[in-house]
Amino acid sequence: MPENTSHNDLTTSIEIEFLLEGIFRRYGYDFRSYSPAHIKRRLINKMKQNKFRSLSEMQHHVLHDKNFFNSLLKDLSINVTEMFRDPAFYVALRKEVIPILKTYPFIKVWHAGCASGEEVYSFAILLKEEGIYDRTQIYATDFNNNILEVARKGIYPVDRIKEYTVNYQKAGGKYSFTDYYLAKYNSAIIDQALKKNIVFAEHNLVTDTVFAEMHVIICRNVLIYFNRDLQNKVIRLFNESLVHGGFLGLGTKETIQFSNYNAQYTDVNKELKIYKKKVNE
Amino acid sequence: MKPQYKAVVIGASAGGLYAFKQIISVLPVDFFIPIIAVQHISPDSENYIITFLNNHSAITIKEADEKEKLKPGCVYFSAPNYHLLIEKDATLSLSTEQKVNYSRPSIDVMFETAADTFGKGVIGIILTGANQDGTAGIRAVKEAGGLTIVQDPTEAETPAMPKSAIEASAPDHIFSLDGIADFLLNLHQAHNKG
Repeated sequence: MPENTSHNDLTTSIEIEFLLEGIFRRYGYDFRSYSPAHIKRRLINKMKQNKFRSLSEMQHHVLHDKNFFNSLLKDLSINVTEMFRDPAFYVALRKEVIPILKTYPFIKVWHAGCASGEEVYSFAILLKEEGIYDRTQIYATDFNNNILEVARKGIYPVDRIKEYTVNYQKAGGKYSFTDYYLAKYNSAIIDQALKKNIVFAEHNLVTDTVFAEMHVIICRNVLIYFNRDLQNKVIRLFNESLVHGGFLGLGTKETIQFSNYNAQYTDVNKELKIYKKKVNE
Repeated sequence: MKPQYKAVVIGASAGGLYAFKQIISVLPVDFFIPIIAVQHISPDSENYIITFLNNHSAITIKEADEKEKLKPGCVYFSAPNYHLLIEKDATLSLSTEQKVNYSRPSIDVMFETAADTFGKGVIGIILTGANQDGTAGIRAVKEAGGLTIVQDPTEAETPAMPKSAIEASAPDHIFSLDGIADFLLNLHQAHNKG
C-alpha cells in the first residue's frame, strides 16, 4: 500500500461522511449521529464482503441499487435479540411495574426498536400471565420494514427454543413455555393469540415524532448506538410520549442520567434501568 | 524518538482471572495511560472479575460504560454480552451486534477499534485463552504500528490463544505474566521521569 496510514484514515472518514449523507438524502435513513466506531466497522465489513476496493466504490452501489441498500440497512440495524433477553429485567417488571399497571383500565405499551419481535412477544406473555393482556395495546416499532415483517410473522428457528425456555423460567414464567409456540419442522411459531393486541409499525426514532400517549415504553439496546445529542433527542421523544407516572425500560448499559430529562424520573430499578416518570407536582 | 503510548489493550479468555491479577495488581494507582480489557465471560455473569481485581489492586478497575471518556489510572473491563469499541475521541462505545469468534465481548472488535484510534500509540497484549479471538486484533495493532506483546504460551493456563496470536503476528515481545507486569511498570517509570 503506497499511501500512509493517516492519509488513508482521513480518506475513509471523508468517505463515511459522504456515504451517510448520501443515504440520508436518497433514502431518508439518518445514521449521521450514530457512534462512529460502530458504523465504520459495519461499513468496512460490508465493503470487504462484497470485495469493493473502497467505500467510494460501494457508495455507487448504495445509491443506485435499492436492493444493495436494503442489504446494507440490515447490517446497519442491529437485530440481535432473543426471547426474555436479560431475564432479570422481566422479573423486575413483574414485581415492580405490573402491580401498578393492574390498576389501570387500559394500558398502552410502546416497544421501540423491536427488531424481529422476540422481546415484544416476551412482554406479551408476561402480560398474559398477569391477566392484563386483554386490556393492553402494544405498539411495536422499528425503522426496518424487512425485520418488522419477521416480527409480524413470529416464526423463529426452533434450535433457539431451548435457550428461550431457560430464559422464560429465569424470567419468572408461571407455566410451561411450550404453551406459547407451536413447533413445526425447524420452526417455532408464536401462538396467534399473543398477536391479537400487537400492532407492528414502521417508525424511525431518529426522524419520526410522537404518535400516541403511552403508559410503558421499552427500548433496549438501541440508544447505545446513538451519540449523546441523538440520545437526548430520543429520550425527549419518549418523555413526550409517556403519561405522568409512566414507565421507561432501557437496556442494562443505557441510562437517562446524562439526558436533559433525568430530573423528571425516579428509579424503579436502578440496575435494570427501569424508570418512572414523576407525577407533576 | 521515544514512542508516545496512549493506551494499553489486553485480551484474555480461559484462565484470564488469575493472569489479569498477576499484571494489574502490581500497577500503581496513577498508571500513566488507560487500560482497556476484554475477558470472555458468560452473558448473564455478574462480572465478578471487577470486584476480585479491585480487592487485589491499587489501580481502579471498572466495567466500561458507553460514552465513557478514557482516563489514566483506570482499567476498563468490557461488560458481559456487549462488544466494547473505542471511538476516535477516546470514549467507549458498546454494541450488541452478533458474536465474533463465538464471543461477545470479542477481543478482536476491541483491539481493531483501539488500533484504529490510537495507531502506533497502542500496546496490545494477548493472554491465556482457548480460542482464536484476539488473533486478528493483535495483527491490527501491529499493522497500525502499535506495540504487541503475547503471554508466553508455555506458562499460559490455556495456551491456544497466545499461540495463535504469536503465529499470526510475530509479536514484538513474548513475556511471562511477571515480564508483562515489569514491562508496563518500566514504561510508567520512564514516563514519569519524562
